[in-house]
Amino acid sequence: MPIQYYIALASCLFCIGVVGVLTRRNAIIIFMCIELMLNAANLLLVAFSKMEYATAIANKTNLTAGTDAQLFVFFIMVVAAAEVSVGLAIIVMMYRNIHSVDVNFLNRLKH
Amino acid sequence: MSIDEILFWFLSALALFSAIMVLLSKNPVHSVLWLIVVFFAISGHYLLLNAQFLAIVNIIVYAGAIMVLFLFVIMLINLNTETERQQNIWMKFFGVISGGLLLWIFISASRSAYDVANKTAMLKEGDVGLIQNLGKVLFNEYALPFEISSILFLSAMVGAVVIGKKD
Amino acid sequence: MNDLIYLVPLFPLIGFLINGLFRKPLSKSAISVIGSGVILLSFIVSIILFFDIKEHGGTIVNYYNFINVEGFKIPFAFQIDQLSIIFLLIITGVGFLIHLYSTSYMHEESTDHFGRYFSYLNLFVFSMLLLVMGANYVIMFIGWEGVGLCSYLLIGYWFKNDSYNYAAKKAFVMNRIGDVGFLLAIFWILKDFGTANYTEVFAKASTLPVSDATAITLLLFVGAVGKSAQIPLYTWLPDAMAGPTPVSALIHAATMVTAGIYMIARSNVLYSLSHISQDVVAIIGLATAVLAATIALYQNDIKKVLAYSTVSQLGFMFLALGVGAYTTGVFHVMTHAFFKALLFLGAGSVIHAMGGEQDITKMGGLSKKLPVTSWTFIIGVLAISGFPFTSGFISKDEILMATYAYSPLLFWFAVFAAILTAIYMFRLMMLVFFGGFRGTHEQAHHLHESPSALLIPLIVLAVLSLIGGFIQLPEVYGGHDFLNQFLAPVVPAVTHEGAGVATKDYYMLGGTIVGLIIIFAATRKFFAVSQFEGRYTGFKKILADKWYIDELYDTIIVKPLNSLAGFLKSVVEKSGIDAVVNGTGRFVNYSSRQIRLLQSGQVGNYILFMVLSITVLFLVFWNQEIIVQFLQKIF
Repeated sequence: MPIQYYIALASCLFCIGVVGVLTRRNAIIIFMCIELMLNAANLLLVAFSKMEYATAIANKTNLTAGTDAQLFVFFIMVVAAAEVSVGLAIIVMMYRNIHSVDVNFLNRLKH
Repeated sequence: MSIDEILFWFLSALALFSAIMVLLSKNPVHSVLWLIVVFFAISGHYLLLNAQFLAIVNIIVYAGAIMVLFLFVIMLINLNTETERQQNIWMKFFGVISGGLLLWIFISASRSAYDVANKTAMLKEGDVGLIQNLGKVLFNEYALPFEISSILFLSAMVGAVVIGKKD
Repeated sequence: MNDLIYLVPLFPLIGFLINGLFRKPLSKSAISVIGSGVILLSFIVSIILFFDIKEHGGTIVNYYNFINVEGFKIPFAFQIDQLSIIFLLIITGVGFLIHLYSTSYMHEESTDHFGRYFSYLNLFVFSMLLLVMGANYVIMFIGWEGVGLCSYLLIGYWFKNDSYNYAAKKAFVMNRIGDVGFLLAIFWILKDFGTANYTEVFAKASTLPVSDATAITLLLFVGAVGKSAQIPLYTWLPDAMAGPTPVSALIHAATMVTAGIYMIARSNVLYSLSHISQDVVAIIGLATAVLAATIALYQNDIKKVLAYSTVSQLGFMFLALGVGAYTTGVFHVMTHAFFKALLFLGAGSVIHAMGGEQDITKMGGLSKKLPVTSWTFIIGVLAISGFPFTSGFISKDEILMATYAYSPLLFWFAVFAAILTAIYMFRLMMLVFFGGFRGTHEQAHHLHESPSALLIPLIVLAVLSLIGGFIQLPEVYGGHDFLNQFLAPVVPAVTHEGAGVATKDYYMLGGTIVGLIIIFAATRKFFAVSQFEGRYTGFKKILADKWYIDELYDTIIVKPLNSLAGFLKSVVEKSGIDAVVNGTGRFVNYSSRQIRLLQSGQVGNYILFMVLSITVLFLVFWNQEIIVQFLQKIF
């Protein structure tokens, strides 16, 4: 598959995630859209790793090219997991204090 | 159209549709479920690209752990029906416009990009995604980040516990 | 001798500084001694220099390079030659007498103001000395400005009175108008000659085209018109009588107003090149002489009569310069200094005796109570009217002779002005000193002769008025042509040629004696009276009201300028400039208020802006060359 298709797909997913972050007011939904964005990036990374592998095969150079990208994806997943745990803890705290997960209630930053 | 292409288009359509449904669902639980569908579609893409390890890890970690965590929290705060007040229509409008703009820029940038002009991503072949190869590179070259990620987990756990304590 | 030159202006400068800075701790007598003593010291040094110059001729002393730029150099140098030494003697000599007079006249002032007065007076003498001692036009200009400043300071000496301040402002502004002409002349000289030094300019003057010489001399004359109160810039001088009487004597009779004469006499080389300028100088001088004399006929304030008399006599001096008799002009400066200072100081003595009254309709018959004052005053009147063999007679005769040689028409006008001079001075004398006393009872009680500090200068000046003319007695009467010969190296001498000279001299003598007898009899009949209303009607009123020239200037110049200034202040300044400045502040306030609304506290907003910014950044980064080209095209 030409790499352009993967780029287009990942960009679409990413932008859907952006729209979700901007549009929704529920903190948890926003968090989920962030995960969506991360996954889009992951997908693109994997596609790039295969692209590199394809060019390496075509030029008959390194046969193990492209592993770096997939390991990067692995680490992204690691970080995403950690981030989700902490983030959800924060949301739970927020709920305990103001009994709502509406981000517009957070305008107390203004004062 | 070979089977690969059909699979590619099907999975892409599924992913996009589910993502949009994540946005549009009123019920947060429905959003979580649609997101799980997205993860499955993406794992399908990984399998198509022969990144077997990542496909499995995606399912286990994301769909299995993270989404379950989300569901737990939603259950905890009892958010089954949508109590979200209507947001300002202008904000939604601008949000969609900005997202669209971003998409447009990404696509046009990548179209004229030099490095990816005629490249293809190889499907179904290649040993790159196999777990042995990945493991060899991980534990040889990236051993240090691997260890540090365990410290990251430790700190995340501590953080989550500290933040979530009720006192 | 060169070492002594810098002492002459240095002494008054020291006097100015000491009296100015330390006037509070010093006592009045200390201030008087310092103020007058420094002028006496300058006078002594001037006498020493005079004898030196008589033997060796003039000298130029260079002190340092004042302005040193590519293209021209203006050194700070003094040139003491025959012309400047005459002026130096006049300034320091008469100046000393007036300082002496002031110590008693200004005695009622508080110590603070007394010291201020003397410091200003010393500063004035310093500036005047700088003016006559300069070796180039720029140093002259420095002194020129300095005397203008001191005139302003001294006219407005009693600054609590608004009308005095107005008079001081008027003097300064009119002087300034003349100064513009002077400056333009200096610039033109620099452009033509590359230097402003007298010696170099006069050496190269013959190479100048006539048009340039005419322009330069006319511009210099504009400066002289402002400083020496000729038509049209003379109206400040009568108003300047608001200052103390010794100030009027020193500045507005003897010295500052003669600065214009000095300038033209110094530049005689340039004036000889252009006949048009000479004509202009002569005609304006003559017109001023006649006009001022007509106004003086019907003035009721003793100082105003003397002020218009000064303007008229200055017109005579300019007439002399204009017809080419430069030495005669300088001679008349000298004699005029003697008798005009005498008249002013005498008037001061009269005012002092009358307790501040200046209106002559309220005086009369003062000769009995104020003998010394009245006799010295009468001598002054005789001198200015041209009584035979007084100094005024000799100098005025020389002027008339030179005018006759130039143009008989101008001669008869000059004679007319001389007759008017005699008439109004005799009128003044009769009204003040003869006839019956017309004042109030208390004033009659208060009348007493003035203290000796006031009388000694009067006596000295009276003696000088009588005998001062003998240094230039015409040969017909047996004198030597001393002043003419003395000034000859610097100023071309007036020549008396032809056999008809002697005849003309005798005619003048005879005519003067007859005329004076007639005038004496007439004024005695009309003015030595006990009742004098002093109110005039018809044509006399026009003369008494100064031909309404002040009112004319007011409507044409002063009022439009005032309204222009008012307009600029209220419209341009307030609505224009202030609006811009305040508006900037208000705009900043407004926009900061609006921008503050961006901080809504809504996280969604912030993320929106983040995304938009990333979009923009991406666009910019991607299209860098295009944007740079576009910006280059704009700027």
